[in-house]
Amino acid sequence: MDIQEVIKEQVTTHPVVLYMKGTPQFPQCGFSATAAQILKVCGVKPFSVNILEDAAMRQGIKDFANWPTIPQLYIRGQFVGGCDIMKEMYQSGELQKLLEGLAE
Amino acid sequence: MNVPAMMEARLASLAPSRVEILDDSARHRGHAGAREGGHFRLAITSAAFEGLPTLARHRMVHAALGDLMRNGIHALSISAATPSEFQS
Repeated sequence: MDIQEVIKEQVTTHPVVLYMKGTPQFPQCGFSATAAQILKVCGVKPFSVNILEDAAMRQGIKDFANWPTIPQLYIRGQFVGGCDIMKEMYQSGELQKLLEGLAE
Repeated sequence: MNVPAMMEARLASLAPSRVEILDDSARHRGHAGAREGGHFRLAITSAAFEGLPTLARHRMVHAALGDLMRNGIHALSISAATPSEFQS
């Protein structure tokens, strides 16, 4: 399957998907760590994809949403943003609203 | 020309009233991604952001920076405000 199709399937199958460097337990980058931590505080366990394990995924995810950096958050198939946007939306309460009903 | 100066030159296309670029690279020296380019923090104020959500503002910044996003910049933290937001 083409990498774009793989990503499409991931973001539509799972309600919350976080593409990051490393894993929520062992993030490999400060921005990815912050993104994972914000979701944790919101009580949401994302389907997380470690883009460092797959070179095709690492480039493919940048093309998918036409977004040049990682991490990237998708909620219900929609691209939400990266770490800065997640922080802003968390502080304004917008992120919690988007995640309503998805907490464990 | 160094990367912050190149960033500032390209961001001129957004007609910003304020651009502050902080080079955070020294704090990230040694980690793998640092080889690909620097770590920067950008605070930009422009009337061009008026009425736009954060996502759209960041996309405008990415577009203005162009190939620097792939070549020269490894990580970029963006704070994009309108003049009235910056005042408050």
